[in-house]
Amino acid sequence: MKALSQKRRHPLAAIALLLMGLLVTGGLYAVATTVNQAKADTTTFSASDAQEGGKLFAANCATCHGMGASGTKDGPSLVGVGAAAVDFQVGTGRMPMQMNGPQAQEKPRQFNDQQTQQLAAYVASLGAGPSIPDASLLDENGDAAKGGELFRVNCAMCHNAAAAGGALTRGKFAPALAGVSGQHIYEAMATGPQNMPVFNDANISPEGKRDIITFLKKIETNGSPGGNDLGGLGPVSEGLFVWVAGLGVIIAFTIWLTSRTS
Amino acid sequence: MSASSTAEVPFVPKTKVGRITDFVDERVGGSGILREFGRKVFPDHWSFMFGEVALYSFVILLMSGTFLTFFFDPSMAETHYTGSYTPLTNVEMSVAYNSSLNISFDIRGGLFFRQVHHWAALLFVASLGVHMLRVFFTGAFRKPREMNWVVGGVLLILAMAEGFTGYSLPDDLLSGNGLRIIDGVIKSIPVIGTYISFFLFGGEFPGTAIIGRLYVLHILLVPAMILLMIVIHLFMVVVHKHTQYPGPGRNDGNVVGYPLGPVYAAKAGGFFFIVFGVVALMAAMFTINPIWNYGPYDPSPVSAGTQPDWYIGFVDGALRLMPGVVNDFHFEYIIFGHVLTLNVLLPALVPAGIIFTVLFMYPWIERWITKDNREHHVLDRPRNAPTRTAIGVAGFTWYCVMWAAAGSDLIATHFHVALNDVTYWLRTLFFIGPIIAFMVTKRVALALQRKDREIALHGRETGRIVRLPHGEFIEVHAPLDDYKHYKLVGFESPSPLPAEPNEHGVVTPKEKRRAALSKWFFEDRVAPATPAELEAAHGHGHHEAIESGEEHKSLSH
Repeated sequence: MKALSQKRRHPLAAIALLLMGLLVTGGLYAVATTVNQAKADTTTFSASDAQEGGKLFAANCATCHGMGASGTKDGPSLVGVGAAAVDFQVGTGRMPMQMNGPQAQEKPRQFNDQQTQQLAAYVASLGAGPSIPDASLLDENGDAAKGGELFRVNCAMCHNAAAAGGALTRGKFAPALAGVSGQHIYEAMATGPQNMPVFNDANISPEGKRDIITFLKKIETNGSPGGNDLGGLGPVSEGLFVWVAGLGVIIAFTIWLTSRTS
Repeated sequence: MSASSTAEVPFVPKTKVGRITDFVDERVGGSGILREFGRKVFPDHWSFMFGEVALYSFVILLMSGTFLTFFFDPSMAETHYTGSYTPLTNVEMSVAYNSSLNISFDIRGGLFFRQVHHWAALLFVASLGVHMLRVFFTGAFRKPREMNWVVGGVLLILAMAEGFTGYSLPDDLLSGNGLRIIDGVIKSIPVIGTYISFFLFGGEFPGTAIIGRLYVLHILLVPAMILLMIVIHLFMVVVHKHTQYPGPGRNDGNVVGYPLGPVYAAKAGGFFFIVFGVVALMAAMFTINPIWNYGPYDPSPVSAGTQPDWYIGFVDGALRLMPGVVNDFHFEYIIFGHVLTLNVLLPALVPAGIIFTVLFMYPWIERWITKDNREHHVLDRPRNAPTRTAIGVAGFTWYCVMWAAAGSDLIATHFHVALNDVTYWLRTLFFIGPIIAFMVTKRVALALQRKDREIALHGRETGRIVRLPHGEFIEVHAPLDDYKHYKLVGFESPSPLPAEPNEHGVVTPKEKRRAALSKWFFEDRVAPATPAELEAAHGHGHHEAIESGEEHKSLSH
């Protein structure tokens, strides 16, 4: 102990400490990431899927993502993003991207299910990453109340407590979640598309993700018990409604009431 | 009390109902009161009915609110939800939120009454605001009604307080976020802010006391104060009598209209049910404040799109517009260990402070500038007081910019523009919007006055072109009837009042400032057509001679 305290002012002490810190952080990170990817790539793709996917990729994606998906200055490398990322981005029509902008916009999808699967197989073959979730996680039979709590703590600050969506900085936004399939919700959480952070399995367990999907689907099918929800946007649409419709109807009545005199 | 005492023969009621009525009348003098009030004359105009809408909304609020108190429990004790809304089953929450959910889902008619209460609250403040705008733009705040204008302003503040305390009661995530913002604003007040916050919340936010305290304010103190103010307000309306729009036979010494009884009493009674019906329809068909969507309050989650109800929106908007840092200039200082956060303190208190100060003082400001100490019972048409109208529109524009800023995120997502750009534009408008609005409004008002003057002098353009025997083409102008004519010429158009010496023969600097303001107020004016001009115009039937009538920046009329 004494020897250690005497050497603490040694010129190399800071470097040694830095090295130790880096080693510990890196080691922990390596352990953590392997924990997260323990379940990756359980879906099986055939070799021909990957081969066909490679052709599709070269024709449709390589302009930006580069040959072999190694990335260019226009698009990131896709090595290790996993099949889930491809299924989400291509399956919702966000990729191939319509135009450059703050974030990729949803549009009618360009590839059918089989082509999407082939592309996913190709990208998955390049490096391990999150896979397409198992159907058992998407059955919407989880605990909606628990999913609601997870949603409010992790998602509501961008997507709104009622999943109506919200604005982010400089033209970016978090979309409304009504009408999004459970599989795409799961993949979005697992891969963090656009400006969304990654909620890996250490952060929200697969069961937690299942609960969140259950919650979202429940409030979607529940409808609005109080009548028309006015877009589910809260006090702004309520205020607009009372000023335009409420007060408008009342003004019409006041004009009617006073129209026979004066 | 002695309504029938003048009659020689004492009145003997013949029927049973008559005997009961006479018994009551002899003891309380009801018929005298009824005769006095029943003959009270009120002028008829749709814009005079917004105060009534506010009053009826308040009655609806009292009734629906009483129903809600039967079932609401303002406790912040922890419980687990067991009601019928399954997405919240077994979630930990406060008893207050639990009882609000039970009102919504497990009490018959509960959700309907909650929605009636909330829609009526939004309508209450909205109709109050429109009523104040009507009073301002028609100059109804002038002598003798200055004090009633102030009472109205107090009512607006009380209504906002009542609304905010009610908004916070369900203890859902949305209202909790709103309360957190208020807590932040209170804490930004230098030195005493933290103490006030701890006093209010009974310790650190959110504590376990605030809902109960807000509940007492919401159902006891604030409504009692609103009721008191309404009584004073209506008492003064009776004392002052109602104002009226200008028209033939109407002057500052009379009120032209219909007596309260029986037509107005019936109309007003019916109008109450119309307002109630509109509120009930909205409550039955449109969701308001779906608290089950937001979940129980927990200080950690903050939902996107968190906004207050519309009447607090302008304060929220001002907070959103305030930059945290401008280049390297910070708005946060530490002075003797106290944090001074101007970027919260300034936007939260200064715009609201300016709006309410000017609002309360305006009748006196205008009275000082114009030296007009007469009683006014005939209203101004807004165009005939261009500078006042322009000031009003400028203030309203300023308010609307802040109001819009409270929905900046929704503007960004729904119009597909960047949130930052919305903020930059609104920041710009915050400063130049009122100036543009002032100039445009004043020009529009003057243009409308010129149009009125033109029509008064030449009549209405019929669009019929006639060729005279010597070849000249003229358009036939149809003269106005006397009633319409009166409206176009029967108004005052004061000219600037130069500085006058006081009793010592001295023109004080204050008087000079007043004169300068008077010049600013009245220098751009379009004088109403004088009888001589009208005579000349109608005598000739031509357009010549008349153009000189419009005096720009002149003192001649």
